[in-house]
Amino acid sequence: MSVLARTLTRGVAAGALVLGLGVSAAVAADLEPGKQYDLGRAATAEEIAGWDIDLRPDGADAPIGQGTPIEGEDIYLTQCASCHGEFGEGMDRYPVLFGGEDTLASHDPVKTPGSYWPYASTLFDYIHRAMPFGQAQTLTADQTYALTAFLLYINFVIDEDDFVLSNENIGEIEMPNRDGFIPDDRPDGQPEMVCMSDCDVGTEVIGRAAIIDVTPDDDGPAVSID
Amino acid sequence: MDRTNGAPTSGARKAGVARPSSPGRRAFLRTGAGVAGAAAAGAVLGNGGPAAAVAAEADPAHLPPNVPWWTQYLGDGVAARPYGLPSPYEAHVVRRNVEWLTATTESSVNFTPIQDLHGFVTPNGVCFERHHGGTTEVNPAEFRLMINGLVDTPKILTMEDIFRFPVESRFYFLECAANTGMEWRGAQLNGVQYTHGMIHCVQYTGVPLRVILDQVGVKPNGKWLMCEGGDSSGMHRSVPLEKALDDAMLAFAMNGEMLRPENGYPLRLVLPGWEGNMWVKWIRRIEVGDKPWHTREETSKYTDLLADGTARFFTWEMDAKSVITGPCPEKPVLHKGVNQIKGLAWSGRGRIKEVHVSTDGGRNWMQARLPDPVLNKCLTCFNAEFEWNGEEVLLQSRAVDETGYVQPTMQALQEVRGVNSIYHNNSIQTWLVNKTGEVENVRLG
Repeated sequence: MSVLARTLTRGVAAGALVLGLGVSAAVAADLEPGKQYDLGRAATAEEIAGWDIDLRPDGADAPIGQGTPIEGEDIYLTQCASCHGEFGEGMDRYPVLFGGEDTLASHDPVKTPGSYWPYASTLFDYIHRAMPFGQAQTLTADQTYALTAFLLYINFVIDEDDFVLSNENIGEIEMPNRDGFIPDDRPDGQPEMVCMSDCDVGTEVIGRAAIIDVTPDDDGPAVSID
Repeated sequence: MDRTNGAPTSGARKAGVARPSSPGRRAFLRTGAGVAGAAAAGAVLGNGGPAAAVAAEADPAHLPPNVPWWTQYLGDGVAARPYGLPSPYEAHVVRRNVEWLTATTESSVNFTPIQDLHGFVTPNGVCFERHHGGTTEVNPAEFRLMINGLVDTPKILTMEDIFRFPVESRFYFLECAANTGMEWRGAQLNGVQYTHGMIHCVQYTGVPLRVILDQVGVKPNGKWLMCEGGDSSGMHRSVPLEKALDDAMLAFAMNGEMLRPENGYPLRLVLPGWEGNMWVKWIRRIEVGDKPWHTREETSKYTDLLADGTARFFTWEMDAKSVITGPCPEKPVLHKGVNQIKGLAWSGRGRIKEVHVSTDGGRNWMQARLPDPVLNKCLTCFNAEFEWNGEEVLLQSRAVDETGYVQPTMQALQEVRGVNSIYHNNSIQTWLVNKTGEVENVRLG
């Protein structure tokens, strides 16, 4: 039997089966698991080196370099302070970079590298790939280690302003809030049963967005959230 | 009958002159509803810009028995609109942003006008945007996807390579984890576009990620992927390999056309049911590793602070959620008697099973209709009817998904999480319809 004939026969058989069951379903092939398509090409070591800029919390893959808080302060004042403020206090709505200790359980938590960030590697990685805002990937590894060291210094994570932060020791920095995170334990907030009638819920209006009055196109005060 | 009255010159027609703009709901409420007094109209205007302007005053010269100009004169030829745009009367259906939320518009978010959309598919031009370094413009001829790390053969793929793999097209919702994030402490924004508009739902077309990973050979100790954008923030997230092998895809198209630049052109990651931040746009690199990276977007941001000061991390799935998109603050109730409630429901864990609607603040509930199709990890339309007699009504909706998960009240969420989580607020939303038919975002207690 030719391939065409076999295909036709199979199609008829499948169609008859489907009709017999009284349902309609498409007859289709599945993807072939593991199939090699011989597309693309091998990436060279040089190409990978240019783009593979990440590092991990334990310091794995950290770009080679070093810097101190003192060196970082100079870079900070010229490259960062216009948005983050001379002291890291944050201008306008740009992020605050220091302080916030003991605020996480309060009404107004202040999440900074010192109060919140669990890993020093994240500071280096983010500065290196995304800062200064609008001029990404212009800082050298040494400059980035210096800036990271400066931020760790103003957050009292490291005590010496001549501490040499490098690819060798960034994985050893212990951040204050390292143990402040728990894995996702949802689902949560579930009712014991799904109530459909005469449910015991409060139906008094206790808050109104129209009174808070921050919806755009209002003339109301600009109250911010974070 | 003056047959020329109201017929604009062709120049004026091109410029849209003589076509009523959208002067807002004031006129509509006043003339259309018959229930709204001047005070109510003023209050609705004060509620702001995203006016649900449906129609302004009609010119009697355009109404029966008269014959309007558009019935008499030629319209644009087929060469006039090579890429069609919505009617000028729909000019109010646009993305909007909240200026006070962020320091800049380049690292910010805007909102889908879900109150003005129909069905579960979001048109490409109004899908909400969330950027960390602005919209990235990538020439597809210069696009490269690098895959490296714990793989047998690190590779570079071009878009031409991507197009030669087998593709699939699937409808999925994409919700930002911060959607409804401004409402934790109380009703704050008076519009469903702002409270629930960080969501879109399109048909994505792309290559299953497992097919791409087969090409490089993930080593046995490879358990995580680091997916990295080619934008100026280098947005990157850790993704467990199981998700990549399950239903993840690298998409190049949405709703039948190539991705819009705002949404990741020419290639983005699609992680069905998971928080939008992880759907890396303008993706340039995937690194395979044995542990997660704990990037800025999964430590400093997109972690959910609890009342005791600890924070949940890797909260990937989007819990089941629903919201009524009409009536809502932008869509007042205009008529006594029968009214239609419409809304959207979705779950990151599968299909929507039921949606319940209440008109009395959650004391009593009715089953909503769920018109086909009800798809996996996709927006699902629901609707229901209610009779409005001019009294105050408290509208709510509550979704239940196929896992049995029930959309919780805000009180239930606050008991577990406090009010500082920012992310993953999927609580039941309340709209108060007042005696004038205006609708307000309110919090009940």
